[in-house]
Amino acid sequence: MQIAVIDYGMGNLRSVMNALQQVAPDHTLTLTSDPAVIAAADKVVFPGQGAMRDCMRELTERGLREVVLDTASKKPFLGICVGAQLLFEMSEEGGNTPALGVFPGQVLRFPAERMQLEGERLKVPHMGWNEVHQTRAHPLWAGIPSGERFYFVHSYYMHTPDTSLIVGESAYPFAFTVAVARANIFATQFHPEKSHAAGLKLLSNFVAWNGVA
Amino acid sequence: MLAKRIIPCLDVTDGRVVKGVNFVGLRDAGDPVEIARRYDQQGADELTFLDITASSDNRDLILHIIEAVAEQVFIPLTVGGGVRKVEDVRRLLNAGADKVGINTTAVTNPQVVEDAAGYFGSQAIVVAIDAKRVSQPGEAPRWQVFTHGGRNATGLDAVEWALEMQRRGAGEILLTSMDKDGTRSGFDLALTRAVSDAVQIPVIASGGVGKLQDLADGIKLGHADAVLAASIFHFGDHTVGEAKQLMREQGIEVRL
Repeated sequence: MQIAVIDYGMGNLRSVMNALQQVAPDHTLTLTSDPAVIAAADKVVFPGQGAMRDCMRELTERGLREVVLDTASKKPFLGICVGAQLLFEMSEEGGNTPALGVFPGQVLRFPAERMQLEGERLKVPHMGWNEVHQTRAHPLWAGIPSGERFYFVHSYYMHTPDTSLIVGESAYPFAFTVAVARANIFATQFHPEKSHAAGLKLLSNFVAWNGVA
Repeated sequence: MLAKRIIPCLDVTDGRVVKGVNFVGLRDAGDPVEIARRYDQQGADELTFLDITASSDNRDLILHIIEAVAEQVFIPLTVGGGVRKVEDVRRLLNAGADKVGINTTAVTNPQVVEDAAGYFGSQAIVVAIDAKRVSQPGEAPRWQVFTHGGRNATGLDAVEWALEMQRRGAGEILLTSMDKDGTRSGFDLALTRAVSDAVQIPVIASGGVGKLQDLADGIKLGHADAVLAASIFHFGDHTVGEAKQLMREQGIEVRL
């Protein structure tokens, strides 16, 4: 089986490749920016780091926008961090940056006035290990207890009016969406590749997944 | 809710982990890959590697170490020491580091922080600040930034400098008290609190941990978001798990 990890020049993908290598030693993993290779893959991982506007620009300039939208419509597809945020319609980052619009909703900045808990000021970025509460069952959650901690680093969060998309939530200090899924797509705000055993389990579930929710 | 982090620090020179007091009397503490795996198994939340290799001949050894660790350990890895150019940041990230620490260069050429944060994202850039108390007893406390392993005074105020680094795109501050480093008498809690309360980004407290309670104090009294320690973990005095148990007993949220 071919798994393509989309490289559009945004951030370091070594960690994603290392973690996939660990859970899928018998599969062919390709880090690629070639639309033909992505189109031919059986599964696609769509990571992302850095500024949203740069990510959108790189995707467009490298001619990857169409193939991302196409694979997201039919193959097992895993979005990670900015790769998850890009699936929404718009992000507040970089002054209302239009995104891919696969899912309804926006990506919002953690609002400074709400970043308080019991007298403690909460830092932004939201960085570190937070509990992920599974709001509904999904094959990618198999073998992972609800409430397990995953590693996060982000200043913007996903917000969707379509609550049927939400499969995971965390609190900081208010509840926010950290994982969404629909049909063949699963996307996480956290970094499974940096989340120790639970993260590897999620990736291994993705490798085994047939894309049916 | 978000857990406070415990970060074991591995000082690496010529491919080996070492630990000394104030950069003298270095003792060999072992193979970096083996030690990284041990901390990972103990529940470390991240690992920090500080490359203190003096000779430029052996500088690339750290890249091989990071490559090997990143293939086996799936938690965030930070690497610092000797980072002078954006290209150095790129090489470390490509080897498998998730974050790169910039210390002396942040002072001598702060544009590197801005450029690196622009290219790789703020999440990849940790600015390390070495601070020493310069106020007299009885005065309001002030700390000055030092570089080159604590040898060179910069004239910069530590709190102001942390704010400046945040403005230039640092994603996190690694704050080391030069007065406390190696003394095993606890963090400089006033310094940690002054910086952590001033900035919006997370602050990692460093320098001075001698017992587990010091770690809890760094969080509760120093307002740190993460605590870093080396020697209490290296020689088997304590495990990361013990540290987390103690922190949890004191009401600090940790990942167990």
